[in-house]
Amino acid sequence: MQVLFTLCGLVAVGFVLLITVYLVISGIPAIREIGLFRFLFGKTWAAGQDQYGILPLILTSIYGTAGAIVIGVPIGFFTAVFLAKAAPKWLANLLRPAVSLLAGIPSVVYGLVGMCVLVPALRGWLRLPAGDSLLAAILVLAVMILPSIISLSETALEAVPREYEEASLALGATKLETYFRISAPAAKSGIAAAVVLGIGRAIGEAMAIMMVAGNVANMPALTQSVRFLTTGIAIELNYSQDGSLQRQALFSIGLVLFLFIMLINAFLNLVLKREKEG
Amino acid sequence: MRRRLYEITGRALLYGCAAVTASLLLFFIGYILFRGIGGISWRFLSTAESVINGTVGILPAIKNTVFIIVVSLMVSLPLGVGAAVYLTEYARNRRFVAAIEFASETLAGIPSIIYALVGVIIFCTALKLQKTLLAGSLTLVIMILPTIIRSTQESLKTVPQSYREGALGLGSGKWHMIRTVVLPSSVDGIVTGCILAVGRVVGESAVLMYTAGMSMAMQSFSLDRVAGASGATLTVALYHYAKENADFSVAFSIATILLILTVIINFSASFLGRKLKRS
Repeated sequence: MQVLFTLCGLVAVGFVLLITVYLVISGIPAIREIGLFRFLFGKTWAAGQDQYGILPLILTSIYGTAGAIVIGVPIGFFTAVFLAKAAPKWLANLLRPAVSLLAGIPSVVYGLVGMCVLVPALRGWLRLPAGDSLLAAILVLAVMILPSIISLSETALEAVPREYEEASLALGATKLETYFRISAPAAKSGIAAAVVLGIGRAIGEAMAIMMVAGNVANMPALTQSVRFLTTGIAIELNYSQDGSLQRQALFSIGLVLFLFIMLINAFLNLVLKREKEG
Repeated sequence: MRRRLYEITGRALLYGCAAVTASLLLFFIGYILFRGIGGISWRFLSTAESVINGTVGILPAIKNTVFIIVVSLMVSLPLGVGAAVYLTEYARNRRFVAAIEFASETLAGIPSIIYALVGVIIFCTALKLQKTLLAGSLTLVIMILPTIIRSTQESLKTVPQSYREGALGLGSGKWHMIRTVVLPSSVDGIVTGCILAVGRVVGESAVLMYTAGMSMAMQSFSLDRVAGASGATLTVALYHYAKENADFSVAFSIATILLILTVIINFSASFLGRKLKRS
């Protein structure tokens, strides 16, 4: 029996190795053929003309994620403080399940609402020829990372020892000063973990932004139609020929994205470990 | 004066952001229900799309979703529970445990578009399964494995050590003890893990679009044909109707169904989770 259970345990390790090996093996040939520098820093992606430069995709992914973090983190953080400290109990008990519902909603549903509400609204407000844009993608991503940021930060804030807050209140600080100057700094590594998790979510999301970003491989600009690393794979995967350079280039994008994600995960583990020790 | 200003801005930010979140939630859910609920009827749920009659039905998508849930759980559940049992009951080597836990965390952090690529490379191409429901299910096995490992492990940890000692003291062997004492008393956690896994499968779209196909036709699940069946699940059907047919009322009706499923999944998982915590 022990052997069987050991094997089950090793399956997870095997899967990780399998994924890594296959992604590397499938991702290398195209990079070799195109040239690493021209692949990573080429400014045009045009499969029809055999041009495979993913700089616009990389920059779009970075800008898009940064934008989602800039909008989503403050809103998420203050909502978490509200839920953990300031909210009346009945309201918190109502909001909490709603936030976790938001976390469970499939990403295509976000994409659908983005397509039908956000995109036309942006087109009207900003007088654009089309509303599909980096801005629309950023807003959708910001909403999508909100639940993980709220629930992780809230957990961290609730783990702050009551004595810290009581001491602060007894010294004459107001409640708000206590939340922001005592509780939040004490929970900072948990909140940092929430932010890193949000970054991971945002950079890995494909379907929702495929529905609102327009998917043209332009250099990123807020009101332009753009293509992310994830959507770069998604949009052409069904149309590329098996074994063609185009398909192999998609695998190479996958490898680049995988490296990004592994970097973020390593960072997350570091933050979480620091929290455990601190 | 400065302190007063601090108080006012702080309060405004707190209540303002909470209000933004709450109204976002209300709008989101309200809007989906508003546009989707009208299109749901018995015929919508119980027939396939028919061009001749001009009617839309999502029964094939429902069946495909159920099929994928069943197959991926059937493979992933024994593997995940086995891994968790190994980690909590058998493992002696700390390096080994660290490696498995790291692997499981890594799997949990990989985004679904990477799983889609992996599925296309490994299951559809290398194993020659083509774009089928089977290939999709097998890809999802990898994706939901960490969910099942983690929640099983958490509930195994809550089984009191005295149960184990009691069983062993009465002369039971280790496997017998796990089978008759440890696993039955952690069944809540295992079921919670399954529910969370079902949630991930129901919500998944990127993987299935590229590994399981997008057909909206009825598939045959008879034993000789099942390996070749390919088709869209609910989420993929939603994408198909919204992006390729621009038929938004159908898309919103599917979104409503997905929303209801998410509510059910969330509530049952948190209900079981709370029960687990109490015991």
